[in-house]
Amino acid sequence: MEYVNPEGLRLDGRRPMEMRQLRAEIGVLSRADGSASFEMGNTKVIAAVYGPREVQNRSQQMNDQALVRCEYSMANFSTGDRRRKTKADRRSTEISLVIHQTMEACILTHLMPRSQIDIYVQVLQADGGTRSACINAATLALADAGIPMRDLVTSCSAGYLNSTPLLDLNYLEDSAGGADVTVGILPKLDKVTLLQMDAKLPMDIFENVMQLAVEGCKAVESHIREILLENAKTLGNRRGV
Amino acid sequence: MLKNKAFSRQTKQGRVIKEVREHYLRDDIYCGAPYCKSCNVSSARLSASPSTILVLDTNVVLNQIDLLENPAIDNVVVLSVVLAEVKNKNIAVYNRLRALCSNSLRKFFVFSNEYHKDTYVNAMAGESPNDRNDRAIRTAAKWYQGHLESASILLITNDRENKKKAIEEGISAETIECYVKSLGQPELLDLIVQPPSEDVNMDDVEDLRPSKRKVIYSEHKPMSEITSGLLRGLLHQGKLRVNRFNPFEAYVGSESIGDEIIIYGRANMNRAFDGDIVAVELLPQEQWHEEKSLALADEDDDEEDVHLAPNSADDAPRVMNQGQTAPEEMKPSRPTGRVVGIIKRNWHSYCGSLEPMPMPAGDGGRAQALFVSKDRRIPKIRIQTRQLGNLLDKRIVVAVDSWDRLSRYPTGHYVRTIGEIGDRDTETEVVLIENDINTRPFSAQVLACLPPLPWSVSSQDLTNPIRQDLRHLRVCSVDPPGCKDIDDALHCMPLSNGNFEVGVHIADVTNFVHPGTPLDDEASQRGTSVYLVERRIDMLPKPLTEDICSLRADVERLAFSVIWEMTPDAEIISTKYTKSVIKSCAALSYVEAQARMDDSRLVDPITSDLRNLNGLAKIMRQRRIDRGALTLASAEVKFQIDTETHDPLDIGMYQIREANQMVEEFMLAANVAVAEKILKHFPPCALLRRHPSPTKEMLEPLLRTAEAVGLSLDVTSSKALADSLDRAKGDDPYFNKLIRILATRCMTQAVYFCSGDLSPPEYLHYGLASPLYTHFTSPIRRYADVIVHRLLAASLGIYKLPGVFQDRPKLTSISDNLNYRHRNAQMASRASIELHTLIFFRKRPTDTEARIVKIRSNGFIVFVPKYGIEGPVYVTSKGDNGGEWLVDEKQQKIRKLDGSASYGVLGTVRIHMEVVEPQPNRPKLQLTLV
Repeated sequence: MEYVNPEGLRLDGRRPMEMRQLRAEIGVLSRADGSASFEMGNTKVIAAVYGPREVQNRSQQMNDQALVRCEYSMANFSTGDRRRKTKADRRSTEISLVIHQTMEACILTHLMPRSQIDIYVQVLQADGGTRSACINAATLALADAGIPMRDLVTSCSAGYLNSTPLLDLNYLEDSAGGADVTVGILPKLDKVTLLQMDAKLPMDIFENVMQLAVEGCKAVESHIREILLENAKTLGNRRGV
Repeated sequence: MLKNKAFSRQTKQGRVIKEVREHYLRDDIYCGAPYCKSCNVSSARLSASPSTILVLDTNVVLNQIDLLENPAIDNVVVLSVVLAEVKNKNIAVYNRLRALCSNSLRKFFVFSNEYHKDTYVNAMAGESPNDRNDRAIRTAAKWYQGHLESASILLITNDRENKKKAIEEGISAETIECYVKSLGQPELLDLIVQPPSEDVNMDDVEDLRPSKRKVIYSEHKPMSEITSGLLRGLLHQGKLRVNRFNPFEAYVGSESIGDEIIIYGRANMNRAFDGDIVAVELLPQEQWHEEKSLALADEDDDEEDVHLAPNSADDAPRVMNQGQTAPEEMKPSRPTGRVVGIIKRNWHSYCGSLEPMPMPAGDGGRAQALFVSKDRRIPKIRIQTRQLGNLLDKRIVVAVDSWDRLSRYPTGHYVRTIGEIGDRDTETEVVLIENDINTRPFSAQVLACLPPLPWSVSSQDLTNPIRQDLRHLRVCSVDPPGCKDIDDALHCMPLSNGNFEVGVHIADVTNFVHPGTPLDDEASQRGTSVYLVERRIDMLPKPLTEDICSLRADVERLAFSVIWEMTPDAEIISTKYTKSVIKSCAALSYVEAQARMDDSRLVDPITSDLRNLNGLAKIMRQRRIDRGALTLASAEVKFQIDTETHDPLDIGMYQIREANQMVEEFMLAANVAVAEKILKHFPPCALLRRHPSPTKEMLEPLLRTAEAVGLSLDVTSSKALADSLDRAKGDDPYFNKLIRILATRCMTQAVYFCSGDLSPPEYLHYGLASPLYTHFTSPIRRYADVIVHRLLAASLGIYKLPGVFQDRPKLTSISDNLNYRHRNAQMASRASIELHTLIFFRKRPTDTEARIVKIRSNGFIVFVPKYGIEGPVYVTSKGDNGGEWLVDEKQQKIRKLDGSASYGVLGTVRIHMEVVEPQPNRPKLQLTLV
C-alpha cells in the first residue's frame, strides 16, 4: 500500500516530517494531586498523579527513595470495536512497565523517601502512538502535582514506510507492519530514557528514523513547556501574584 | 499551517465499524503553474506561458488513457480525487496515469485538491460519493479559474450531468470529443474510445448484417451472484488460459476442484480474454464429450502455423488426449465448463494488423474494420478508423474497450502505428512490444550512476582489503564469437601437491550497481538482457556491459571469484569466495578454444590450462550424469547475418563443442557453490533457482511416442529417465537426440524463487539433479545474478545486506518479475528467430529432410532438425475426410490406402519448404510433402 504518495503527502494529508496536532490541558481532575489530558491527533489520554503520599503497603516502603507505581489502561470505548478486555493483559502490563521505568528515571525519588507516587494513565481514544501520548500526559500530570523532576521527559514515535521515515504514526500507519520506533528523551539533559522498536531496520536507516523521533520529542517538549508556563501564569493570576 | 478535520467513514469487514480518521487541510499545496505569483513554483510542471489548462474528470481518464498518452494532450492538471477514483477502479490505468505524471517530457501536474484548504469539499447529507467527487472536481476547477486569472481552465468531462452543472457554475467544460476536434488533428479522433451507449455506428452494422444483430453471448452474472455461487461451490474461480495453438479452447485452473476446467468454443468462453479471472460453471457430465467434436467445426479455424521447435513444455502446444478419447468412451474425460462471469479483466493493448478488406466507398470518413492480433489467443477486435487506407498494410496497436452480448467481436480503438507489415524492423518491434520488453534508451538519471569514463582499476581498488589481487594469475575467458559482454573467466593452476587451483571469475557488477540507485531500479525492472537475432537489448547501459564490467583480454578488471582446490579427480577440497582484481590474458571463442585443445602441437601455457580444465570438466560432468542429471537437447539454430542489410545469409544448427561444455560445467559448479553459501548464511531470503520435477501427465506425450516406436522409458526419477534415454538407440544417429529433444519439451522451465517461500525439498533442480542451484555467473545480463552477488558479498561480510532482503513480499515480487522477464526474453528471441527464418526462406524455397514428431488426423507434425523449426504437413486438404490416407492415431502411423507410402512417428520424410502468401501481406512458411 502507498503510505506516502508521490506528491509527498501521507494518507491523512501530513508530510512525512510533520506531527499530528497536539493539545494538552492541565488539572482536568480535581481530586488527583496532579492531572492532565494530552491529545496527539485522535489519540487522547488522561493521566492522574497521586502523591507523594504514605506508602500503602508498608513492606514496599523504601527508606532512601520514593516508591513509584504506574498503571496503564485502555478504556473499553477507546477503539472502534467495543471489546471487553481483561484488566491486566500482556500489552497493558508491558506498557505500564515502560511508562514506570521512564517516569521513575526522571523523578527525583531520593528527595521523597518513605513515600509513594501513583501514576494512572488511561487511553480514552486510541489512534496510534498511545505509548508516547501516555508518557507526555504523565509528565504534565507530574509537573502539575509539583513532583520534583530532573527534566520534562517527552516521547514521540517514528516509523519507516515506503522507504521514507515518518514522524508520529497514526493507527493506520502503525498497523502497516513497518518498523515503529518509540523514543523518550530528557531534552535539556539530551539523554534518551526510552527506546523501543518493533520489527527490524538496517542500522543507518534506524539512525535517521531515531533522529526524526528525537526531533519530534523536542517539538513535544516545547509545546509542553508552553502549556506549563501558561498554566503557571493562570495559577499566579489566581493567587494575585 | 495545519487544520484538523476529522470525518467519519464506514468500512465493512463482516460488520460495520465506524472509523474516524484525521484529515489535515493545508495551505502549502501549489497550483503548478510557473507563472503563478502567489505559489511556490519550484515543483511547477505546467507550461511556462498562460494557456489552456485541462482539468480531467475521472471517466475521461478511465476511458481515454490511450489518448492522454498521446503528446498532443498536454498541460493537464490531475486532481488527487481523480487519481484515487482511478486507482480504485482500474489499477492498470492508474499506473499509466502515474507514469504520465512523473514523465518529465509531459506537462501533467498532480494537484492534491483533497488536502488543499480551499478545494476540500465535505460530503453533504444524502450525496453519493460519486456526486461528491464530481463536485470536488468542479470546486478545484473553479479554484484554478480564480487562482490563475491569465490562463483559461477547461474541464474535460464526458459526464453530461457534471458538464451541465459546471457550465451553470461558470466553469468552461467540454466533452473529450469536442476538445479533440478543436485541436484539428483528425488522426487523434481514432484514439477516442466510443462509449457503448453512444455507439452510433452500431445501427449501420445492423442494417448491413441484420442476421448478426442477435444475442450471441449469454449474460454475465452479477457480482453478488458470482460471490455466492463461489461460496456454495456451484461456480469455480480461476484464470482463463487460452490454448496458444487453438484459440477456441481454453483452460481454467481451478483450486476448488483441483483440476483444469476445459472450455470449448467462443460461446462458452463468453467474451473472456486470455488472462482474465473468470467464474466458471461446470457443464453436466454427459456434455463433457460432445463439445469436443464441435470444437473444430464450430468456427472458422485457422490452420496451424509453422513455428520454432519448442524447448520446454511451456512453449509447446497443449496436448489433449486426442488419440485416446475417441475410442474409449468409458474413460472419464476432463471437466468441461462455461464462463458465467468475469471477475477481473486482463485487457491491455495488442499488436496486429487489420483484416484485409475493400476500401469503403464514399468519403473516406469513419470505417469499421476488424483487427487481427498477432497473438492467436486474442479474438478479432472491431475498431473504427478514419484512416483505413493508411492502416491496411501496417502493424498497429489496438486497445480493447468493451464487448457486449450482441457483437461477436469486442470493440476497441486504434492506439498507434508501428510500421509496415513484413518489414523486419516493424516485426521486431512487434515482438518486443508483445513481450513487454523495454527498449527505451536509459534515462539521464540512470546514466548518471555510471562511473566516469574512461574507467580503469584505481589504486584504491587494489589496496582495498576486501579485494584480492589476482592479476598474476593466467586467466582467460571462453565465449561465443563476437561476444562483448564477457562476464565469466577461468583459470587453472597446477599446485605443488599435484592438485589444481581452479578459479571462476565473474564480473563484479555490484561494485558499480548499488542498491536503491536509479540504475539498480532500472536493471531490476528489465531483469535480463534480451538477445534477438540481429540486436541485443541490454539490461545495463552499454559502458558497463561492454567495457567496465566486461572481462576483456589484457585489461585489469574487478571480479568476484570462486576458487577451488581440486584433486586431479575433480574432487573439491576447499572453496574460497573473494572479490578480486584480475587481468585476463586471452578472450577466446569456443571455436578457438576447441582448436587449441585439439591441436596437439600447441603446448603454450594457456592451452595446457585449457586441457587441464577440460579434463576436470569431463570428470565433473560424468559425475553429474551419474547422479542423475539429464542431458537434454534442444534444437538451437544460428543465423549468419549480413552485416549491412541485417538479412539472414545462412542458417544452421548451433554446434555444441567440448569447450562449451567445459565452460558450462565450471559455471554450474560455481552456481551450486554460491547457492550453498548464500542459503547457509541467509536461509529465509536467498534467491535460488529450482526446476520442478515433471508430473506424469507432462511426460505422457513422450511416453506415448516412445511406445509407438517400441521404446520403453522409465520416468520414475531423473536418474531413471537419464539412463533410459541413454539406452534409447535407434537405427540412425539422430534418433537419440530426437528423443532427448522430445523429452526436453515435456519439462517446464526452471524458475527463480525466494528460499523463504518454499520448503527445502522443493528447492530441487530436477534437470541438473542438484538439490540447490542459483544464478551467479552472468551478472551483466541477468539481474538475478546481481542479487546473488549482493547476498554472497553480505555473507562474506564485505557489504551489509541491502534493506530489500528483509522485505519478503518485495523479494517475492522481484523474483516473480525476474521469471516473467526471463520468460518474455526467451519468447522474444524465439519469435525473432522465427521471423528471421521466414525472411530467410522468402527467397529460398528448399527441399529438406524432416522427422515426424506427431501424427494428426489430417497429416503430421514434422520437425526440421537443420533449421530447428516445426510445423504441420497436411496430407489431406481441409474438409476432405481422410481420402486416400489411413491414419492410425493410436499407433501413430499413417499410410496410403494403396500401400504405396507409409509413415510412422519419428520416421524420416522429405519435405518442401516455401514461403507463401495466402493473403496479401501475410506471408507464412508452408511445408509440403515431396
